[in-house]
Amino acid sequence: MSDIFKGYRGDALALLKAHGVRVWSDAEVTTTRGAFAGIILPRSETADDKHIVLKLRNGYNVGLTTSTVVGIKEIGYKEAHYKIPEKAFPHDPAKPRVKLLGTGGTIASRLDYRTGAVIPAFTPGELYGSVPELAEICNLETEKLYGVFSENMGPEQWVGTARAIGREIEKGVQGIVIGHGTDTMHHTAAILSFMVQDSPVPIVMVGSQRSSDRPSSDAALNLINATKTAAESDIAEVMVCMFGPTSDQYDLLHRGTRVRKMHSSYRSTFRTIGDVPIAMVSREKIILLRDDYKRRRADRNVTVNTAFEEKVSIVYYYPNMKPDIIESLIDNGYKGIIIAGTGLGHVNKPLYPALRRAHERGIAVYMTVQTLWGYVQMFVYDTGRDIMELGVVPAANMLPEVAYVKLGWALGQSSDPAAVRDIMLRPIAGEITEREPHNGYLILQGGIPEVERFVSSYWK
Amino acid sequence: MPRIFDYGELKDKDYAGLGFKSGLEIHQQLDTQKKLFCRCPAGQYYEDYDAEVLRHMRPTLSELGEYDGTALMEFKTRKEIIYQLNKKNVCTYEMDDTPPFELNQEALDIALEVTLLLRCNIVGELHIARKQYLDGSIPAGFQRTTILGTDGWIPYRDRRIGIRQLGLEEDACREVSDRGHRRVYKTDRLSIPLIETVTYPDMRAPWEVAEVAEILRELARGTGKVRTGIGRARQDVNVSVEGGTRVEIKGVHRIPYIPRLTHFEALRQANLLELRDELRRRGITKDSLHSIAGDVTAVLDRTAFSPIRRALERGWRVTAVSLAAFKGLLNFPLQPGRDFASEISERVRVIACLDELPNIIHSEMVNSPLTTEEWKRVRGSLRARKDDVIVLVWGDARDVLTAAGEIVIRAGEASEGIPSETRQAFPSGTNGFERILPGPDRMYPDTDMPPVALEDDRIERARGQLPLAPWERREAYRRLGLSNDLVEALSRDGRGGLVLKLAETLPLKLTVPAVVISQTLKHLERNGFPVSRLDDGALTDLFRRFSGGEFAREAFPDILKLAAAEGLSPAESLARLGIFRLADGAVREIAGIVAGLERTLEPRDPVKKFRYLMGILMAELRGKADGRRVAAALEEALGNGQ
Repeated sequence: MSDIFKGYRGDALALLKAHGVRVWSDAEVTTTRGAFAGIILPRSETADDKHIVLKLRNGYNVGLTTSTVVGIKEIGYKEAHYKIPEKAFPHDPAKPRVKLLGTGGTIASRLDYRTGAVIPAFTPGELYGSVPELAEICNLETEKLYGVFSENMGPEQWVGTARAIGREIEKGVQGIVIGHGTDTMHHTAAILSFMVQDSPVPIVMVGSQRSSDRPSSDAALNLINATKTAAESDIAEVMVCMFGPTSDQYDLLHRGTRVRKMHSSYRSTFRTIGDVPIAMVSREKIILLRDDYKRRRADRNVTVNTAFEEKVSIVYYYPNMKPDIIESLIDNGYKGIIIAGTGLGHVNKPLYPALRRAHERGIAVYMTVQTLWGYVQMFVYDTGRDIMELGVVPAANMLPEVAYVKLGWALGQSSDPAAVRDIMLRPIAGEITEREPHNGYLILQGGIPEVERFVSSYWK
Repeated sequence: MPRIFDYGELKDKDYAGLGFKSGLEIHQQLDTQKKLFCRCPAGQYYEDYDAEVLRHMRPTLSELGEYDGTALMEFKTRKEIIYQLNKKNVCTYEMDDTPPFELNQEALDIALEVTLLLRCNIVGELHIARKQYLDGSIPAGFQRTTILGTDGWIPYRDRRIGIRQLGLEEDACREVSDRGHRRVYKTDRLSIPLIETVTYPDMRAPWEVAEVAEILRELARGTGKVRTGIGRARQDVNVSVEGGTRVEIKGVHRIPYIPRLTHFEALRQANLLELRDELRRRGITKDSLHSIAGDVTAVLDRTAFSPIRRALERGWRVTAVSLAAFKGLLNFPLQPGRDFASEISERVRVIACLDELPNIIHSEMVNSPLTTEEWKRVRGSLRARKDDVIVLVWGDARDVLTAAGEIVIRAGEASEGIPSETRQAFPSGTNGFERILPGPDRMYPDTDMPPVALEDDRIERARGQLPLAPWERREAYRRLGLSNDLVEALSRDGRGGLVLKLAETLPLKLTVPAVVISQTLKHLERNGFPVSRLDDGALTDLFRRFSGGEFAREAFPDILKLAAAEGLSPAESLARLGIFRLADGAVREIAGIVAGLERTLEPRDPVKKFRYLMGILMAELRGKADGRRVAAALEEALGNGQ
């Protein structure tokens, strides 16, 4: 039995009840501002209780102020039924088998124009309807693991996803695509790089920056390119596949431990930090940008290690930070702290006693850089040397978020500081690199004439 | 019998006989500082650009598993869309890389004024919607739009024209080019605030549509807060006839074009209904339309017809489509100079992107470009029947496939009547296909933006600032005793209302301010003087001084020029120009001196002498004494001297 007053409360709810009408009523409403006719729609939960929403015959929605309403008459009733017709995803025995695991985010959707609802399309049939190009690439199966906004992803979902990946590999899938919200895609990509090792097949994370109900959305192209990568490439690593430029040209395949979301909204937000991406992928081809990647294998072996210790925190240092921040982590039983320090990996003196106390309590403390690019190098200044004396371990060029998930994973395997240190500093999936190439840091500054000339000569 | 009549040949009753109905959708840019959903400056147009972005548009399935007709059409065209960005007037919002900012409140208040003038019912809360456009004219693939009011009306002749709604929305990009599979847009105009006035289809004849468009334009301009100039207001006109479908002619820039356009469209529809009736008589329906398509590239490899020759040289294909029993119908006239075959050609141009014309030929063309032998071979290759009409199209393999499909689709639609389309206007008054008319269901709520409450006090503030509606203004000017010409001129002028205010406060003959406002200022503006710097306060002060005799009428242009060019007040301009009022005695004295010159002049025509002396006098006295006073003084002086 659906809620006939969906979303309405307070004054608005009282108004509907008083006039004997409900959501989906086709109604004529008389108000002090004139007469309106249309279908009463549900009210959004975050909107106030002083208006009712009507979908007019011309397709527009309007709100009518409850205090202006004089009368409402129901002349009909039009309940919404979301019935999505199934089309079967065509099967071609010659094509590779790819599995799409959903964790959240809407990689494809449909619109109910009557109500304005955006309905996720996720089954192979629904995806085939929205993005028919997928059938030219592979035979697709889908499974919805979770349906959360990515800021709500956590160890429970990471573990579940890693195990699902392991199961699919053992069943002989030829590639895996993971639909994920973009906000924490890089966190998940990193932890999966540790929880799922030596995969014989590509594991490609994908999402969309612009919602998939829009004609201009990056969703379809990202999905096509991610699926192509999973089906056809020989890159057997955990990768993020998202737009290169903001133009509809190609996606980039970023190694899962070196990728980060770098802009709150641009399509081109994901970038590899401190190195170059693995490849460019478009509908026509995959262009490798390097050759030091793990290759695809024919076997079905994979190592799944889902250990995770939750009590780890990232501390973003700022001038005048007080030691009580660290103290409270210690007193609350945290087992690991990742510091994002300034410059080469620095914090202020007042924190030192707290850091010493943490070390004495056996808490694992690692240093990364706020600047994101560059190595931690704590010998260069006194500050760094002092901090190392306090037991803080430099984490080379691991990104702060990557170090956070790795420390959680390492502490999940051992509480012995030496063992943990060994795990942290031994690169497993490119999270620490020995060398930073000159083109690992290329932030072009707008406004400079030669930069403007360059940018204007290519599609952005 | 197809009907081709020129505009002017039909009368009221003829249009009534056709069941002519027409409505308007007028898009008018608002004169705001910033754009509607971002803080970029509005109204700046540039030709150069700093960067380009490439996008493609994809349709979104409805929950019924169907695509909207327009969306599907645009998707079939497989266009690459390029946007040119100039950083002075677009930001990441226009590129669709940043969510929208708060709705421009200045735009909302202006829209509210127009909503009140149109007597609409005002909503309690604005809900912003997304209206999908897949032609690429908006980078996001949808336009953000909302309505403020519904069901208003304006008086017209002895009845009312209903106003369906008044909406506030973003303007779209300007098209730079559209060739083959690439369309290029400029983004400067994108997101400038627009109001959209939609009437009910209450107009019954072509001239009525133009007259109502004029009234609505004046109404908006009366607020003084809308942009003027070419392209700042665009009219879309809907036309239908009895038994027909609503067809929209989009983007009519000039109101005088409207009567011919609606006239020819009404006749086009009537003619399409005749064509349908003929097809029905022949027993042809969409499902029973028998057609065969086949590749005839090899058959025509030696043709002399150059478009096909060139296509073959490029390695393109030629396809023939037979349309059984369409005999004699491809030449069916629909508009002057445009027959049914041209409707097919247009579909092929727009949807298959075969835009080098001619893009089709057919077997019933009067001057056949192929030989009889060639047609025979084509028919043979298709195994077509003797009576079957053949249409030939050529192009790249994928495009020609799309084209063949569209030819059959359009032929099928002819058997049903008038397809629901958006058409584009041609200067001759005829029109051509632009796109399939979008379904009503391509709008859905924009969840990026919260609803905006329209409170009573905001509405009352807007009501307090309302200008007079056009019919009210005309009445008021007439009551002041101004000539019809001046009444018309002031009604079209955003500053016209100032004359009414002056009428209340100054003991002044209003012809002078009426002429200054409607003619002098306009003239200066056209010559590049920034007259917008002169606000109502400055002009009122100026007229007050004139009324007090501080300067003569002839000085207005010079004073206004200086004030506009250098941002001076009227007092400062007068001082700078050294203009002051000469007393009568001084005028007579100076006239007397100049009259004395007359004695030194050769005997000449007295009228020419008078003019010559007036010239000398006015050069000195212009602005300090008006021409009539000076002429009277000179006459007197000359008379005395004789």
